[in-house]
Amino acid sequence: MAPKFQGVDFYDVDALLSEEERAVRDTVRAWVDDNVIPVIGEAYVAGHFPTQLVPGMAELGLFGANLPEEYGCAGLDNVAYGLIMQELERGDSGLRSFASVQGALVMYPIYTFGSEEQKKQWLPQMASGKVIGCFGLTEPDFGSNPSGMLTLARETKAGWVLNGAKMWITNGSTAHVAVVWAKTGAIDDPESIRGFLVPTNTKGFSAKDQKGKLSLRASDTSELVLQDVHVPTEALLPQSAGLKSPLLCLTQARYGIAWGAVGAAMACYDEAVSYAKNRLMFGKPIGGFQLQQARLAEMLTEITKAQLLCLQLGRLKDQGKATPQQVSLAKRNNVNMATEVARETRRLLGANGILAEYQAMRHLANLESVYTYEGTHDIHTLILGQEITGISAFG
Amino acid sequence: MKIAVCIKRVADSETRVKIGADGKSLDEAGVKFILNPYDEFAVEEALQRKEKAGAGEAVVIALGPPQAQETIRTALAMGADRGVLLQTDEVPADGLETAKVLAAELKDGGYDLILFGKMAIDDYNHQVGPMVAELLGLPCVTTVAHLEIAGDSGTAEREIEGGVEVVEFPLPAVLTIEKGLNEPRYPALKGIMAAKKKPLDVKPVTPGGGCGGGRGGGRVEVVARVPPPERKEGRIVGEGAAAVPELIRLLREEAKVL
Ligand SMILES: Cc1cc2nc3c(=O)[nH]c(=O)nc-3n(C[C@H](O)[C@H](O)[C@H](O)COP(=O)(O)OP(=O)(O)OC[C@H]3O[C@@H](n4cnc5c(N)ncnc54)[C@H](O)[C@@H]3O)c2cc1C
Repeated sequence: MAPKFQGVDFYDVDALLSEEERAVRDTVRAWVDDNVIPVIGEAYVAGHFPTQLVPGMAELGLFGANLPEEYGCAGLDNVAYGLIMQELERGDSGLRSFASVQGALVMYPIYTFGSEEQKKQWLPQMASGKVIGCFGLTEPDFGSNPSGMLTLARETKAGWVLNGAKMWITNGSTAHVAVVWAKTGAIDDPESIRGFLVPTNTKGFSAKDQKGKLSLRASDTSELVLQDVHVPTEALLPQSAGLKSPLLCLTQARYGIAWGAVGAAMACYDEAVSYAKNRLMFGKPIGGFQLQQARLAEMLTEITKAQLLCLQLGRLKDQGKATPQQVSLAKRNNVNMATEVARETRRLLGANGILAEYQAMRHLANLESVYTYEGTHDIHTLILGQEITGISAFG
Repeated sequence: MKIAVCIKRVADSETRVKIGADGKSLDEAGVKFILNPYDEFAVEEALQRKEKAGAGEAVVIALGPPQAQETIRTALAMGADRGVLLQTDEVPADGLETAKVLAAELKDGGYDLILFGKMAIDDYNHQVGPMVAELLGLPCVTTVAHLEIAGDSGTAEREIEGGVEVVEFPLPAVLTIEKGLNEPRYPALKGIMAAKKKPLDVKPVTPGGGCGGGRGGGRVEVVARVPPPERKEGRIVGEGAAAVPELIRLLREEAKVL
């Protein structure tokens, strides 16, 4: 049996966590050790999401864990929520992606923009993993610039009819319900974007898995096609209004990603340290050579910084003070950091580093997706640039 | 069914422990403490028994320092109903002193079952459960690997050398639990949140009445703790079949194991 993961905590960050936060982290950590680590390499190579893990995640209460108990959720603070994401992504980014989509991109908009009936109908079922959701914002021709989307919703006598296509949708083919973002007004009016809850068995809705992915292989990514999809009036998320609504969801998910990336980096660092101590070359452990020590020192430094960044961001979020720009900084820094740590680990491991038996290459390949989704690294650079200078460099 | 589970806060065996400056204690800096793994099986068993009975109470009791509240809350997060901390900074080295304190707490509790892990992974004593049974005048079955309860009696299986021993006992009884009796649940997030609100009684105690030679009273004193000797580096005596004669010679003459 593999040794249990002990975490990376050079600055006694644990002392800054509450007892509950640590307990939550430890529970998810143990669950990942027991249930994810033994199967994830194989699922990754086979190229499918390990759906058998969903009931276990639900039983622990991992879906929408920072939403209130009255809807069947765990009602945790944002730091505990972040620690869940950290531990899941220590297992695999695909697993964290699943939880991010379910919690931050589907349950969160239902909670924030939904009617009381919608919340009661969907949230408990999603918390218990009986209903799986996906989030359709990106389109084939509109990635970084979702305001240009072409998906349209038109009001009918009985409700709405949706037409369009969505691309790169996590959980798209497994989901029971899709949050679809569409323009209810003119094609050039992003203020008319609103969210719809579309059951995936509705006539005219189809999902096709994206084939040939070399990243996030243990996660389903699909293309959605909506062809004359009729939904009742109650499918509309009544409080959603304009592009800022999906962006608010993304801020939630990005917050979790900032933590998740730390988990992936910890997994790699842990692997790098153990390998460096055990692999003998030129008669001594490779960890005894300055070059490898520099690698490890750099990794530990960056992980420690990222940990503290997340923690303070979480505390600000709990006080209602975290800004989207602060979330951008954390997502941008931490995902980039984790990608570097994964790459350096992969290299430190030599030939073994390319195997699925080790974690580094899987994390490295995964993190290339994480680097791109939820606002690419570049886009977050521009968000910060605008925040700093007051000048938008987007268009 | 009213069930008590006695639990202990112990250092995680996965963390590297250091011996304190006095040569007798554990240096607690940076050490992670956990619920004794054998006690986890006992807690799980209590929860399953209570759930099966559809009524009752599962109470967890720990003798330990203030930090053992966290250990108790782990069990509460798993689903136990309430906790009692018998608080002392001097956890006795003498199992009998621990047993006396626990027995005093358990005596009038009206428990149908009193469960323990078969041992604590920090001192390996296997003592406290049977001693408590003795002090309370209750039957005791140790290292229970399988358990049936019907009405006011039970049947337990114990894994003994070369076979299984089946033991019948009347309730109330004291059982110490072997690993593998069940699969302990993870404390779910809702359980962790609920644990904060469950009753946790803290009662200061003075094991051994404050006298006796050892830590926490009693007649046992830890005089020294010594880490296991570092394993000597291996030696490669040759390669392939050609190495076998030399290997056998060394095993015979140097290691003296053949
Ligand atoms: C595995 C995976 C899962 C995904 N899951 C989902 C999901 O569940 N739901 C969903 O809606 N979307 C999802 N996405 C889509 C993701 O959010 C988009 O891929 C992302 O927003 C980038 O869009 P794009 O791929 O079209 O790249 P583009 O926007 O075409 O960008 C291409 C390149 O140009 C750069 N660029 C773009 N604009 C600028 C600019 N103004 N200045 C400088 N550089 C610029 C980008 O940084 C990038 O390097 C997922 C993507 C992946 C890979």
